[in-house]
Amino acid sequence: MKVDHPQAVNEAPIEFSAQTMTEIQRVMGLFPEGKKKSAILSILHLVQDEFGWVSVGAMNKVALLLNIQPIEVYEVATFYTMFHLDPVGKNVLEVCRTGPCQLVGSDDLIAYIEEKLDIKVGETTKDGLFTLKTVECLGACGYGPMLMCKYQFYERLTKEKVNEMLDAMREASKS
Amino acid sequence: MARKLLIEHAEVPEIASYDIYRMHGGYASVEKALKTMSPEEVVEEVKKSGLRGRGGAGFPTGMKWSFLAKPEGVERHLVCNADESEPGTFKDRYLMEKLPHLLIEGMITSSYALGARRSYIYIRGEFMYVLRILEKAIAEAYANGMLGKNILGSGYDLDLVVTPGGGAYICGEETALLESLEGKRGNPRMKPPFPAVKGLWGNPTVVNNVESIAAVVPIVNEGGEAYAKIGIERSTGTKLISASGNLVRPGVYEIELGLSVEEFIYGDDYCRGIANGKQLKACIPGGSSVPILPHYLVTKTAAGTDRLMTYESLADGGFASGSMLGSGGFIVFDEDQCIVKNTWNFARFYAHESCGQCSPCREGTGWMEKVLYRLEHGQGTLEDISLLEEINKKIEGNTICPLGDAAAWPVAAAIRHFREEFEWHVKAPQEAQKRNFGLISAPIEA
Ligand SMILES: Cc1cc2nc3c(=O)[nH]c(=O)nc-3n(C[C@H](O)[C@H](O)[C@H](O)COP(=O)(O)O)c2cc1C
Ligand code: SF4
Ligand code: FES
Repeated sequence: MKVDHPQAVNEAPIEFSAQTMTEIQRVMGLFPEGKKKSAILSILHLVQDEFGWVSVGAMNKVALLLNIQPIEVYEVATFYTMFHLDPVGKNVLEVCRTGPCQLVGSDDLIAYIEEKLDIKVGETTKDGLFTLKTVECLGACGYGPMLMCKYQFYERLTKEKVNEMLDAMREASKS
Repeated sequence: MARKLLIEHAEVPEIASYDIYRMHGGYASVEKALKTMSPEEVVEEVKKSGLRGRGGAGFPTGMKWSFLAKPEGVERHLVCNADESEPGTFKDRYLMEKLPHLLIEGMITSSYALGARRSYIYIRGEFMYVLRILEKAIAEAYANGMLGKNILGSGYDLDLVVTPGGGAYICGEETALLESLEGKRGNPRMKPPFPAVKGLWGNPTVVNNVESIAAVVPIVNEGGEAYAKIGIERSTGTKLISASGNLVRPGVYEIELGLSVEEFIYGDDYCRGIANGKQLKACIPGGSSVPILPHYLVTKTAAGTDRLMTYESLADGGFASGSMLGSGGFIVFDEDQCIVKNTWNFARFYAHESCGQCSPCREGTGWMEKVLYRLEHGQGTLEDISLLEEINKKIEGNTICPLGDAAAWPVAAAIRHFREEFEWHVKAPQEAQKRNFGLISAPIEA
């Protein structure tokens, strides 16, 4: 994890797009004066939406915006599993591996995607299009096996549905 | 057909919009409460209803509300727990996605009862699309004068905000949730002080599950007594059950408490039996944190009476032969499932989700995961089984929050009921890699 680097706090903050900045102002506005830190998870989601992952430079910028110490942002970003602290592929496939999904075939689903994309869990395809991860229960247990990508749920997955999904994602990434 | 108090209109087209929701009787509880009742009267109705927290612990909601401290000049808050991350549980998502205004209506009526003027919905980050649905509905509620200043001319003001988590099961625990809502890591707090005294930003706070808050709507509309007439004993009203695993028709069902487990699993209105013509092997009736039941204890109690979907009946027999209603995450296993594998899977979940604050939980969950991995992969010994029982005892009751117990109890229950299957993994490791153990038989002396 990059935040282990002793120079982390000195890494230059990066700039966010105007759209991200507007959204950050909006979510900070949801909390009373003096409690703006409550917006930190919303902000980290916005940052990840823009860049695909959360870099040290981005966290340093968040610290400036919230007027808190960089370590307070690292602490939070490392605790919550949704934030990618290293670069990832354009589409991060997060497959649920927990009990109820496992009962209806998540092991096979993971193996099938590994085979189709020729990567193992945790890896990214050479073309940078896909990263495969496993996650714990996503609250869709009755509709498994399932995965999430870009906050979208793909449920009751079969091989055919996975093929269609991957094709659609490849197509969307061309534009 | 059983009465539905929460999700009756869930499939009405565009019911997520304010106007359509209103056409179907929506926001009547806000009008009734704000115009004709005092906050204390609303609390009184909730007490009469017998409603118990739908998030898992089953604590009476009215009583919880009456514990809220009310010091002069200090703000109070209602926080809705929409973290929904207990494996097997996916009911709140359904409710919020289909009926966002039902939750908002419940938040307004409940906030009024508690005297909260700034309330929050904390929703797990993975449900970002549901958060967008709620944001839109909240904006509609503001536009129609149901939120903001002087709601319906009553002089009552309320601001409501929905905000996401970031992927951490522990943030469903109420004090971890409050930490997270303050923008910190989700480490549970020491109790006391309880949130009712010192909660969000140190202010008195009530944390309630989505479904508990939604249930306040029919309670206020129909009265607490009418609500309490549904159900059996101290299990009143209706409950959302999310059914998963090897069922013909998994999904979210609203049941009247008191329905038989038999009817729920096999009935035409519910899950319609085990998928692919297989047999029932086991069931975890209340989310991954509650004890597993072997097939012969699912529809009947050890005493031979029908098992019912109530807090009391599911717990009948205690930990020896019962389980818990918990969050209503009803997980069903068919005869082909391996209990050792599943126990390992859940142990891995808890090891992954332990916040790491207390050593019995941090070390214990990791240990259990390793030992269960060995057993599942044919590398275990008989001592490993007793080792698991020892680790369990070290965790139980020795941690800051209940996650430790939630990790330990299910392992203890699995060994208690399926010891033969665990031992088989040790005695015939090669065979155990190739086939499943199948059904276990009921003890002759049940
Ligand atoms: C580890 C852990 C996870 C929990 N997860 C949830 C959850 O996802 N949703 C929920 O409503 N309650 C959850 N709870 C229970 C809450 O701490 C709390 O009891 C509940 O939100 C209170 O609401 P209720 O009284 O309306 O049920 C969890 C508890 C623990 C110990
Ligand atoms: S019991 Fe586990 S999850 Fe709960 S506070 Fe302790 S370490 Fe954290
Ligand atoms: S177990 Fe996969 S979504 Fe719950």
